[in-house]
Amino acid sequence: MADEALFLLLHSEMVAGLYRAAEQGDGENGRCISKLENMGFRVGQGLIERFTKDTARFKDELDIMKFICKDFWTTVFKKQIDNLRTNHQGIYVLQDNKFRLLTQMSAGKQYLEHAPKYLAFTCGLIRGGLSNLGIKSIVTAEVSTMPACK
Amino acid sequence: SRELFVLTYGALVAQLCKDYEKDEDVNTCLDRMGYGIGVRLIEDFLARSAVKKCRSYSETADTIAQVAFKMYLGVTPSVSCSSAAGNEFSLILDKNPLVDFVEELPAERASLCYCNLLCGVIRGALEMVHLAAEVTFLQDKLKGDAVTEIGIVFLKNTEDKKHKRN
Repeated sequence: MADEALFLLLHSEMVAGLYRAAEQGDGENGRCISKLENMGFRVGQGLIERFTKDTARFKDELDIMKFICKDFWTTVFKKQIDNLRTNHQGIYVLQDNKFRLLTQMSAGKQYLEHAPKYLAFTCGLIRGGLSNLGIKSIVTAEVSTMPACK
Repeated sequence: SRELFVLTYGALVAQLCKDYEKDEDVNTCLDRMGYGIGVRLIEDFLARSAVKKCRSYSETADTIAQVAFKMYLGVTPSVSCSSAAGNEFSLILDKNPLVDFVEELPAERASLCYCNLLCGVIRGALEMVHLAAEVTFLQDKLKGDAVTEIGIVFLKNTEDKKHKRN
């Protein structure tokens, strides 16, 4: 769908633009990642509000995680999370084997060091969504081979 | 999920406002990002829409309004030609989806062109099809005008320069 192309392009411009500005300014890498994450956080909060207006209350944490993996991810990335694992003690691992924001970049190990920049926004998105559902969380991402990520 | 795009755009503008104190800097940044998006978006647009080559500036303006805007933003601005030479056009938007979640500009940001990204996008896309243009906001609903108006001025065709070299 055309909307998706627009969002993907906007996202990569955002990442590029922020890093461009950082190079000219203070050159701090870490701050760019947290700026991207914060933007994702705000968007996640807004999105989750709109999605869950009419849905029933969630029974528990696992239910919420399933919602994120299925409905939320489908609306944002047009596909579901491929794999969800948990240790039932508060840690969840979501695995996406063809992460939309990375498919355009490479299909292997090339450009691996650039991957975190593209995942920061999405981490914030999840954190924002969870926070508006009442869950405080820390979201991190890991990429071993593109375009899969956890 | 246009909402995702609109919300992300809002977060971006908010972040830029934090990073840059002057409105002009934010506007420039948005325009530049828009340009970067436009040069790539045009490929996506041409692939999806399969429009034929436009034969005149007026056809180009119509295509932008009726096909591109509709495809990506879901609205169709009306087009009017504002110069006798036939190279200046206005796109008038009654409804601008980018500002769906924005009520008004904050007082200290009165000269912020919230949608400046759009100008950059149009400019970048046109350049990729060898049409140089200046694109600016003539009226902005967020600043109190009745409608939002984007002005496109087609500059001397870069292809002419190529012919002269040959």
